[in-house]
Amino acid sequence: MNWIRPTELPHDPNTTQRNFRIELIMSTALPVLTSNDFTSDQDIRWCPGCGDYAILAQMKKVLPEIGVPPEKTVFISGIGCSSRFPYYINSYGVHSIHGRAPAVATGLRVTRPDLSVWVITGDGDALSIGGNHFIHCLRRNLDVNVVLFNNRIYGLTKGQYSPTSVTGQVTKSTPMGAVDHPLNPMMVAVGAEATFIARSVDSNIKHLGYTLKRAAAHKGTSFVEVYQNCNVFNDGAWAYAQDKATREDMTLELEHGKPMIFGKDRDKGIRLNGLTPEVVDLNTSGVKEDDLLFHDECGDAMHAFLLARMRRPDFPEPIGVFRDIQRETFDEAMRYQVQAAVEKRGRGDLQKLFSSGDTWKVA
Amino acid sequence: MSIEITLPQTTKPVQNVSGITVRLCGDSGDGMQLLGTQLTNTSALIGNDIATFPDFPAEIRAPRGTRAGVSGFQVQFASHEVHTAGDTLDALVAMNPAALVTNLADLRKGGLLIVNEDSFEDKDLKLAKLKTSPLEDPSMENYRLVKVAMTRLTKEAVAEFGMGMKEADRCKNFFAMGLVYWLYGRGMEATLRFIHGKFGAGSPTVAKANEKALQAGWSFGETIEALGHSYQVDAADLPPGHYRNMMGNQAMAWGLLAASHRSKKDIFYASYPITPASDILHEMVKFKNYGVVTFQAEDEIAAVCSAIGAAYGGQMAVTTSSGPGIALKGEAMGLAVMLELPMVIINVQRGGPSTGLPTKTEQSDLMQAMFGRNGEAPMPIIAAQSPGDCFNVIQEAWMLATQLMCPVIVLSDGYIANGSEPWAIPDVSRMTPIKAEHPGPKTDDNPFLPYSRNELLARPWAIPGTEGLMHRVGGLEKEDGTGNISYDPENHQKMVNIRAQKVENAAKLLPPQQVVGPESGELLVLSWGGTYGSCLTAVQRAQRDGRSVSHAHVRYMNPLPSNLGEILSRFDKVLMPELNLGQFRMLVRSKYLVDAIGLNKVKGKPFTVGEVYEKICELSEASSAPAARPHVAFKVG
Repeated sequence: MNWIRPTELPHDPNTTQRNFRIELIMSTALPVLTSNDFTSDQDIRWCPGCGDYAILAQMKKVLPEIGVPPEKTVFISGIGCSSRFPYYINSYGVHSIHGRAPAVATGLRVTRPDLSVWVITGDGDALSIGGNHFIHCLRRNLDVNVVLFNNRIYGLTKGQYSPTSVTGQVTKSTPMGAVDHPLNPMMVAVGAEATFIARSVDSNIKHLGYTLKRAAAHKGTSFVEVYQNCNVFNDGAWAYAQDKATREDMTLELEHGKPMIFGKDRDKGIRLNGLTPEVVDLNTSGVKEDDLLFHDECGDAMHAFLLARMRRPDFPEPIGVFRDIQRETFDEAMRYQVQAAVEKRGRGDLQKLFSSGDTWKVA
Repeated sequence: MSIEITLPQTTKPVQNVSGITVRLCGDSGDGMQLLGTQLTNTSALIGNDIATFPDFPAEIRAPRGTRAGVSGFQVQFASHEVHTAGDTLDALVAMNPAALVTNLADLRKGGLLIVNEDSFEDKDLKLAKLKTSPLEDPSMENYRLVKVAMTRLTKEAVAEFGMGMKEADRCKNFFAMGLVYWLYGRGMEATLRFIHGKFGAGSPTVAKANEKALQAGWSFGETIEALGHSYQVDAADLPPGHYRNMMGNQAMAWGLLAASHRSKKDIFYASYPITPASDILHEMVKFKNYGVVTFQAEDEIAAVCSAIGAAYGGQMAVTTSSGPGIALKGEAMGLAVMLELPMVIINVQRGGPSTGLPTKTEQSDLMQAMFGRNGEAPMPIIAAQSPGDCFNVIQEAWMLATQLMCPVIVLSDGYIANGSEPWAIPDVSRMTPIKAEHPGPKTDDNPFLPYSRNELLARPWAIPGTEGLMHRVGGLEKEDGTGNISYDPENHQKMVNIRAQKVENAAKLLPPQQVVGPESGELLVLSWGGTYGSCLTAVQRAQRDGRSVSHAHVRYMNPLPSNLGEILSRFDKVLMPELNLGQFRMLVRSKYLVDAIGLNKVKGKPFTVGEVYEKICELSEASSAPAARPHVAFKVG
């Protein structure tokens, strides 16, 4: 049984977003939840000014709206600053070991269909030490929501470079600059054929809240990358996407079914030239809106891949839902096999099993 | 499906013997494991006591005809109790020269040697790196050599079915089987049922050909003059009951089902393929209709972590592996210690270190089980002593896990895992429950304390979905009671002590150590795990010599039985045979300050009875009446 049942509503031409009715399946009516219901009694130990606070605030805001009660909600994390998250939510939670949160979530999700499970992770946790579990969680389409706080640095260990750090980045462990080519989490997600892929920014709270709700509404693995600022070890890594002055030119807010337009004056767009996207100036190029690339959340993986490839400085970086498709979830399929086996063969009888096949009696 | 079976009767004389040890060996593609399994099942059905030792290479199909590719299956069947697959062979069946030369040393003088003479041509000798045929060697005079043209005779026997050369050749293991069945008076019914069950529906011709080959082998024995008589081994005097043949890995899987049944908990079984543990997974996947969810994880770490997730959710969580996989699971096992969640971790040990000897047995992961995690991370450890005992240890492990709220390690090994023995079928209706309960929704205003303790120091198993009991668990040190993160020095000391004491409390739930033989004396053989059969048989042989020797076989490795120190103090000498360089001995010496003597072997093979017996003889005196020994006066440990 699923606690959340998302139903897509007919598209309203006046809005830019897909709309869902998120229903709660409950046998009895619950009192209305508030963000207080999800506030734990633990002191928060993130650095002042950390982007994590904004994500926590949005999570606590949207959880009551999602409507799953605290006792049916579980947050599972690995190791890192972001992974302290479960302590700060009044729900069930497991602060596990480095990189393994998706694996812990797998065992819980498969056996407990009645719960809503969130995985909180970071760029080091999910993409370096936990890379294997991350890709397998996505390709299996386990019904959990994975939120990756990407700050492009190891914060809790005080400032070493991470798999998303930019080439040449000088950190405590790379005094001459990182030589690694950074990993793009969205391309990993597309490569693993994730069914829900989205990106948001910690400071863009409205967008973040909406994205988290969309993640919760999706059945299957919902992957959300959040650009999160580490103001102590990598301050300003996402300034271009956060600052009001630059973010409209540097990012592109995806809208399902709409042409891909961006810029402070909404005068720039993305056009497909063969298989290659390019930025066009709507004022000077003569290109019409209808000639632009239209965003389709349910499109081919190729579309999501194109979006994932769009990186600064050549392109604005897309934020929003890259992809949202339906595929059977891993946990459902696992439970279905058990159910089918019981239906076909009847509930197992131990005595029959023990006495089956070749046996003999000693008098 | 019904098949008509007409069973021929031998007209040759029959010699009654009390026990036979036979080894069947050939190429890893020759079907020796199948042959051995059939011989085992048939012997079990006759009512013999049996013990088996399959021994095969790590490669699936090592180069044909080479020594590396030799696969063997040894079985001892007897009219008396047996605990090992036998030291020396009464008969050796060798399908090619490589099989012959790599196994001949174990055949006793005067033993029966049956070879497929068709596979001793120059090319076969070359593959086995032999210059001359071993069949021409003068040493053959030491054995009763019977050369059989198995390849040719099999082809002739199945000619009527019009099969290709290759297919016809594949039937020759059944020809060999027929001959062995004739030799030891084994009925062919069970194997015929097997043949028709396995091939009948899909390839009826193959089924008929195999049946024909089997019967041809039997008739060959009846006909040739080289074999003047056959042997008979009567049923063993096993305790009354209903029996079946049981392999170790199968017993482990069935024991899991029993534990699930007793605790009314569905199983979440997570594993990553690894030899020799994979067969437990293969067995568990058959039991989805028992509510078993099996998860083949992306790696060993995911397997143990998903089990932790399932345990947090209230399932019976299990993960299995072998040494290399357990090494990978180490960090997560420490997490399970910290979270204080019940789960079972099974290690089917194999030769190490590193990849080591994947298909061979060893007992060298005891220290890994004891100390293979960072920090003070003790876990109860139980070691199976025989294939059938796997059924028991896994249930004991789950009992401890649930009563103490902690992960528990079960140690098996490659010898136990693939070996088999008669197993008395238990009465399910008489199984006692294992209590596994969760606190219900909170009804008062007091804060819920996830790390409060009962008299055994177990914490409550509160699971998600329970109103009012929301709590967070994690790998950081917990505050006593609340489970909140705590870096307080006094609290850490307290929590480390609690987790250690909790494991020690397992001894309160387990029976004391038993001793076979006198309660005191000159020598105690102290063994553990899969060496049980060899050690017990060696001790019994020494006792018949009149030696003052007793046997204590330890199943509970951590905590050790509370009376073990006292037992050790009653013997002059302690001998500890182990298939490692002395891991258990190191524990015993440090815990009890006993100067135990080791008998250590790491050859990928179990102890022979003779090896242990010789060491016992070296350390004890033979006399017709064992003298009563005074108790050692000082207290140890």
